[in-house]
Amino acid sequence: MLESVRHLEGVRVNDLYEEYPDFNIDIRREQALLLEHEIIVWQHPLYWYSSPALLKEWQDLVLEHGFAYGHEGTALKGKQVLSALTSGGSREAYSGEGYNRFTIRQFLAPFEQTARLCGMEYLPPYVAHGMHLHPDEGVMEACGAEYRTLLEALRDNRSNWRDLGSQSYLNDLLDPSRGESST
Amino acid sequence: MNEGFFFQAFVYLTAAVVSVPLAKRLGLGSVLGYLIAGAVIGPFVLGLVGEEGQDVMHFAEFGVVMMLFLVGLELRPSLLWRLRGSIMGMGGLQVGLSTLALGGVALGVGLDWRAALAVGLTLALSSTAIVLQSLNEKGLMKTEAGASCFAVLLFQDIAVIPMLAVLPLLAVAAATTGDGGHGHGSLISALPGWQQALIVMALIGAIIGAGKLLVRPIFRFIAETRLREVFTAAALLLVIGIALAMQQVGLSPALGTFVAGVVLAESEYRHELESDIEPFKGLLLGLFFIAVGASIDFHLLQEQPALILGLVGILALVKLLVLLAVGKIFKMPISQNFMFSFALAQGGEFAFVLFSFAASNNVLGPDIVQPLVVVVALSMALTPLIMIVNEKLIQPRFATSEPEREADAIDEENAVIIAGFGRFGHVVGRLLKANGVGTTVLDLDPEQIDTLRRFGLKVFYGDAGRPDLLHAAGAENARLLLLAIDDPERANQIAQEVRHHYPNLRILARAQSLQHSYELLHIGVDEVFRETFDSALDMGAEALKALGFRAYQAQRAASTFKRHERQSLRELYQLWETRSDYMEQARERSSELERLMNTDERDFGDSTDHSWEAASPVEKEE
Repeated sequence: MLESVRHLEGVRVNDLYEEYPDFNIDIRREQALLLEHEIIVWQHPLYWYSSPALLKEWQDLVLEHGFAYGHEGTALKGKQVLSALTSGGSREAYSGEGYNRFTIRQFLAPFEQTARLCGMEYLPPYVAHGMHLHPDEGVMEACGAEYRTLLEALRDNRSNWRDLGSQSYLNDLLDPSRGESST
Repeated sequence: MNEGFFFQAFVYLTAAVVSVPLAKRLGLGSVLGYLIAGAVIGPFVLGLVGEEGQDVMHFAEFGVVMMLFLVGLELRPSLLWRLRGSIMGMGGLQVGLSTLALGGVALGVGLDWRAALAVGLTLALSSTAIVLQSLNEKGLMKTEAGASCFAVLLFQDIAVIPMLAVLPLLAVAAATTGDGGHGHGSLISALPGWQQALIVMALIGAIIGAGKLLVRPIFRFIAETRLREVFTAAALLLVIGIALAMQQVGLSPALGTFVAGVVLAESEYRHELESDIEPFKGLLLGLFFIAVGASIDFHLLQEQPALILGLVGILALVKLLVLLAVGKIFKMPISQNFMFSFALAQGGEFAFVLFSFAASNNVLGPDIVQPLVVVVALSMALTPLIMIVNEKLIQPRFATSEPEREADAIDEENAVIIAGFGRFGHVVGRLLKANGVGTTVLDLDPEQIDTLRRFGLKVFYGDAGRPDLLHAAGAENARLLLLAIDDPERANQIAQEVRHHYPNLRILARAQSLQHSYELLHIGVDEVFRETFDSALDMGAEALKALGFRAYQAQRAASTFKRHERQSLRELYQLWETRSDYMEQARERSSELERLMNTDERDFGDSTDHSWEAASPVEKEE
């Protein structure tokens, strides 16, 4: 999925596990990257209903007091955040009645609130479900294309998307019509 | 060498070897041991040493010169500058008040005012040798009392110079002796005063200038020969040369070498100089104390015990009271004040010089000088005892009231000693420095040292295998020794030395090979680090990445490999220790490594489990 947006104009891919295999995150570099971009995408597989460890480490270290939050921490104010996930289970499995008992939005509550606290707008997440169920190439590529469209739309700031807050998934915008980013 | 010399050496050495350990064992300190030894072999007890004791004393005074050199080496100019207040203030006050008080006593017993002044001046001095040696031995030099003692003694050493100038003026009969001026027969005594002063200033300036500019390149040149004894010879030459030059202009040699010591205190050769001079100083100082002991005229004591002992009592009491007052004026805490006052309440070795000088200038008659010399010698001999009295009877009373001062003792020693600051050690040292950890560095490569010192590091020239140098570098108080030299043989020797002398010092060592690692572990080094292992591992991880592995996966593979390697090193070492079938076990080990690498592949190789790895930027080659 990352490959489909890697060379997208206006999108910068910052691959944390490639950048910091020893988990020693360069805080200043990451903060500079944040300042350079308007839309932040946290793209990751859903591991145990959350992000892989390095993204959590990134949040712990990069979103510092005085930078991202707190009285003086206004550097990120007004930016937008998108969670872009790949998940093994189906969308149906993530519901009150489903196998996983909670919705993706519920699982993402810490991410949403983190963004809020930093004064950023948290967009509805983009979720590619069922990666385990349909390992065949077609699904992956379809998701990739979908993701690419979404990021382009976000990048170009298409105005008919101002009601994003009401959607549960960003994917849903693509069905009636379609959608953007960067990290 | 004649037989007489060897016999003399034999007598002195026997006396020292027998009595000093005994005195130490009895808790009396080495100084008292030497003094007793001297008294025993002296003309009044066994009579093994006779008149030549005086010559020995003159020779041994050189021990005091060396001691001052060593004291100077310990004292960086900045520290000396900080002490200037106590040196001038305390020292000046002590000498001034003691001179007045003791001169007053002399006047009271009917001496002429000039004679009384001469006696007062001479007796105001204390014994640098005995006090510093005793304080050092007790580890008290860095306490407030120790520093104050040192300040006062330093002032006294300086004050001797004008005293020598003033004494002839006090002659009862106008100075008529042909000798005139300076009893040392200095080269410049014939010159007018202002020229003398000029020459003296120029000489001190020359010592400072040469110390700053010349000595380092010269020592470096010598160090490059890597001949230990030549370095020792050069160190001795330096001290003797300065002492000689100072004597030529009629100055105190001790003062000159002290200045030289201070100038060299910042140099990288400081520790090496210290450990080279130390044994000579120790022996000569011991000899000096023996000579003092031998010179005590027990006949005089026998004839007039009441007079002599009474005078000793008065001398000690007057000095004690003056010192207590000085301490009080300088707001010293009471327990420190007592330590300070008891330590300095005696006559000094300069008194012998000044008394004989005064006698030869007709300032004092032999009837006054002879008993006073005995009094001074006795008061010196009693100093270690007086200090013990203070320690055992007076200090315990303050034990609870002020526990603060002790921590000072380690103020300039670093927690980490790095032996070898080449390609390996410098990385370690820089990492520590970058994280605010102070290190004391010992290295044998003069060029390396020069470079490093330019960057403001504390690097010292010296071989870390020498116990005395380790001691000088503060191994007692250090927490870590980082052994980073590149010669495995030498590293083993050093590790052995350190283990032997400092069993509690933690050693981390650089190892050249697996075999060398085992040897180091066998010696008792705490951790070993194979010098090329980590860079090889880094290269391996980088190779994995170049082949398309995700960076995180390569990192994990390398870390796992490293953990495995460290474990197997310990296990292999156990095998090596027992030496049973080592080769066979090693083969077994390498197939185990293969197994571990297989499990690596199993654990990390299946990248479909890791979605972020599936999207690898590089095509992975399975």
